[in-house]
Amino acid sequence: MNLARNMTVSAILLGAFAITGTGLLALTHQATRERIAQNERELLLRTLNELVPGTERDNDPYSDITQVLEPGALGSDKPVTVYRARKEGQPVAAIINAVAPDGYSGRIGLLVAVRYDGTLAGVRVTAHRETPGLGDAIETSRSDWILGFDDKSLDNPRPRGWRVKRDGGEFDQFTGATVTPRAIVRAVFNTLRYFESNREAMFAPAQGGQEPGETIDDA
Amino acid sequence: MTPSYGQVIRDGLWSNNPGFVQLLGLCPLLAISNTMINALGLGLATTLTLVASNVTVSLIRNFVRPEIRIPVFVMIIASVVTAIELAMNAYFHELYKILGIFIPLIVTNCAIMGRAEAFASRQNVGRAFVDGLAMGVGFTIVLLLLGTMREVIGFGTLLQRADLMFGEGAQWLSVTLFADYRGYLLAILPPGAFIGLGLLIAIKNIIDGKLEKRKKAVTLETAGAAAT
Repeated sequence: MNLARNMTVSAILLGAFAITGTGLLALTHQATRERIAQNERELLLRTLNELVPGTERDNDPYSDITQVLEPGALGSDKPVTVYRARKEGQPVAAIINAVAPDGYSGRIGLLVAVRYDGTLAGVRVTAHRETPGLGDAIETSRSDWILGFDDKSLDNPRPRGWRVKRDGGEFDQFTGATVTPRAIVRAVFNTLRYFESNREAMFAPAQGGQEPGETIDDA
Repeated sequence: MTPSYGQVIRDGLWSNNPGFVQLLGLCPLLAISNTMINALGLGLATTLTLVASNVTVSLIRNFVRPEIRIPVFVMIIASVVTAIELAMNAYFHELYKILGIFIPLIVTNCAIMGRAEAFASRQNVGRAFVDGLAMGVGFTIVLLLLGTMREVIGFGTLLQRADLMFGEGAQWLSVTLFADYRGYLLAILPPGAFIGLGLLIAIKNIIDGKLEKRKKAVTLETAGAAAT
């Protein structure tokens, strides 16, 4: 009898602590949620601006988005967001939030900006867990490597050249880290190929209640 | 046994330092001490966690039954760390991105659980607070020493990316010691952290040995003086 009572009291105490802890967390979450979302948004906006500067477009790519689901080419089994830049209604560039699924430590999130003519406006890394000091040279704050993609396209270099140098291609690897750049080169190449064959659909207006993933009838 | 406040501070900073003596929390210590700013960020977050968890544990020490104290401590520490993680994400967003997984992993820093169980659950709130602060600062100092060593040798800079912590206006704090330094990879990678920590502990042991000798000499002298 006494044992049962003891256990009940302990359980209630534990429960009380769990509820208090959860309550505190809910409050903190509530207090910081908006600020965190704003931070994420600002970071994204800054990167989008770097890739396609305001002088080259007159719309807001952040609100002109569409989503595509293409696990093979874009590396993610979830829908991938595409930000579209336009000028006077004409498509300028698509910034595709692709994923390099085979980094040294898992997935590498990318923003691949492709101009309408198929050349790259630039590539940036948004999220990664590569080795500090080795694989993290893909960040612009650590090295200029990722800027090497600027103005490249499917014909420049030729498809055989879309590899790191060690594999006979044209892109540098880092000392001590080949897996990371290899994964990114492959992901950018796949994204470019996907862009080439889906260019028009990618710039199709998504407004007017068009659900992501819905087929476009008049295409 | 209730230690004096001075004793508590001395323990945390030197004689029972979590990084040098207890060798607790080595995983974040070794992983995040590659630059001074990273070290400082993680050190401060850990200190905050230690203080908050020590104070809470001490406050509730008389209500919690011994059988459930460990899960209760775990819940307290986890809540504190998650709250700090959210706050860092909101106010030091870029630093948060760099420290990444090591912020939530503060939960698993055994130094925190160790202090809750060994100290805070037996002492009053004041002592628990001072202990948390001293242990946290002690841990931060080790992180910073290691971070400075590794940053200077590995990157040839001091306080690089100071803007992550102190805002855009603090970029002048970053110093490049050697222009055109190609970097020394060993210092940046985990082996460099192990070697660096080993050296620091060795230095501490040398100092401790010297202090011990001097103490003995003084006792001998006084003994000699008393004999004559």
